[in-house]
Amino acid sequence: MKTPDVTAALGDKKLQLAIYSATGRMAERRRDIVAQNVLPDYQDLRQHAHDIKKHTLDHLDYYLEQLERNVESRGGKVIWAKDGAEACAFIQKLARDRGVKVVVKSKSMTTEEIDLNEHLEHDGVETVETDLGEYILQLAGEKPFHIIAPALHKTKEDVSEIFEKHLHSQPESTPEGLTKIARIALREKFLEAGLGITGANFLVADSGAIVVVENEGNARLSCSAPKIHVAVAGIEKLIPRAQDLGVFLKLLARSATGQALSVYTSFVAGAKRAGEPDGPEEFYLVLLDNGRTKLLADESKRQSLYCIRCGACLNHCPVYRKIGGYNYPWVYSGPIGKILTPQFKGFHDDPWVPFASSLCGACGEVCPVKIEIPRILLELRSEIVQQEGDRTEKLGFRMWAWVMRHPRLFGRLGSLSSAAIESLPGFLAVGPIKNWLSQRDLPDPPQQSFREWWKKR
Amino acid sequence: MTSRDEILGLIRAALKRQPNDPVPPAPPVLLREAPAENLVDRFRTALEALAGHVVVVNTAAEAQTAVEKILNGRTFLTSVNLRGGEFSRDACASAEAGVTSADFALADTGSLVIFTESHESRLLSLLPPCHIAVIERSKIVPSLDDVLRLRPKPGESSSAMVIITGPSRTGDIEMRLVRGVHGPGEVHVVIVDQM
Repeated sequence: MKTPDVTAALGDKKLQLAIYSATGRMAERRRDIVAQNVLPDYQDLRQHAHDIKKHTLDHLDYYLEQLERNVESRGGKVIWAKDGAEACAFIQKLARDRGVKVVVKSKSMTTEEIDLNEHLEHDGVETVETDLGEYILQLAGEKPFHIIAPALHKTKEDVSEIFEKHLHSQPESTPEGLTKIARIALREKFLEAGLGITGANFLVADSGAIVVVENEGNARLSCSAPKIHVAVAGIEKLIPRAQDLGVFLKLLARSATGQALSVYTSFVAGAKRAGEPDGPEEFYLVLLDNGRTKLLADESKRQSLYCIRCGACLNHCPVYRKIGGYNYPWVYSGPIGKILTPQFKGFHDDPWVPFASSLCGACGEVCPVKIEIPRILLELRSEIVQQEGDRTEKLGFRMWAWVMRHPRLFGRLGSLSSAAIESLPGFLAVGPIKNWLSQRDLPDPPQQSFREWWKKR
Repeated sequence: MTSRDEILGLIRAALKRQPNDPVPPAPPVLLREAPAENLVDRFRTALEALAGHVVVVNTAAEAQTAVEKILNGRTFLTSVNLRGGEFSRDACASAEAGVTSADFALADTGSLVIFTESHESRLLSLLPPCHIAVIERSKIVPSLDDVLRLRPKPGESSSAMVIITGPSRTGDIEMRLVRGVHGPGEVHVVIVDQM
């Protein structure tokens, strides 16, 4: 099984420190704000969130139709997109029809899935990421490193260099100064843009609304300043009622950044209405499938779709915390990526993904909607081995089973291998075994086997 | 077949459902009831912990004075519902401060809740670097759960409801907290006993 080469990430001391301290800090803040004395009903809230997501996903057709009716009753338009190509084609056409030259965009993992920026740029539409971290990465030509803290691997020196190169700014040594440079550059774009694109943390069926949660104000600007607002969301983002936000908003920011509430929570039910002083004139909601219906069919793994993208599982994952966000094959990294990627993309190209886990269980324990990530990892492993398991491995296990069923043979082989171990590494340390042994020592073989010892008693 | 019908078809096949199959009731709504005690103090403590500022005054006239003191000569714009008249995005973008009302304030998180139906702008609490909200004491409720109980469908008469919890912030560069990214870095709430 070919696995990615993580030695560069592991050997980069600066990167290791950046990942370790950022994820550690987020994990610590989360722990403090869900503590028993701060949020006594935390466990009830998790269970309730899980139950609501289960109910919604189990009746997804019903709630999607309800959402659509409610969006359209207020003059908004719902676009159903089977895949990224359809979603991008709609937005590209809209931009062309309305003569849009500049698009402002707030952070959205869903649009990362479909390479929306690349499509719009291809049409000559300037598409600007406006979340500070995403903006830095867009200028640098990189993808998000973490769901919540996309540029956590960049130091302030890196950021200053990126700004000097692309914005022709003066060198700047403080995060405050760098933030100000970005604020000024992006403010211009907000006032210039003809179209704003946001994701959605939640789609609210009974209200025909989207909910966007953020700290900077760029999502609020994206859905308020331009004349057109397009929200792009996966079909699984639904909750039945606005009142369910009472549960989900208590969990989301706490699990993500350790805040009781994010700075801005926008509940947006369409374009500006009569009597309202501002807001967009047109509202579109793009509902994206892009493989989600495939996951829905598998009842035991359906809960993978309950994810609210808080990033807590990344912050608690011993594997993510070492290898970082760029060693996973798709936009979703960490434990949630390990269960989403094989189900969305199939496991043929990267069968190793669900195996890159110590199964320590931390991800499942901190998940605010109680997705059983470790169990799903095991299920995926078993499916992969059944479908893709290599023949040598299967042969090995068959031989092992045969030996185990023949006690006398087992005894003989036992004493033989004791002798063999002693003459290692020279004897066996070749090929793939050499790699394995380069990191590990074999134990000393016992003087006598258990069976021999038992006989002599 | 349209993409809509295809997607709904795939969903129904995956869930083994037919169109118009009945849907059991959703799990009950879970909204907490918290005692309405010390609301002003709790609101102040929560907002100040986020580096927001709170002033409590007795009358509308005192509120005016308090706002002027906060402004300290800076240019400002007040929202349509406080002053009447027209709104302009450009005026809003060039003002140094925005003065608005709010429909609710949340004691447990120090948040302001603004509905656009009250002729309140989406941008005035967002574009200027300083946001000053003037609210009546009676608008303070224990938590968001109370707002959702009083207004179960926030989208019914407003295109937007925004919950503002402290100044705009980011931690995107080396996890260092910086205030005032795209929204205001300065948030003041003037609580008036009687308007």
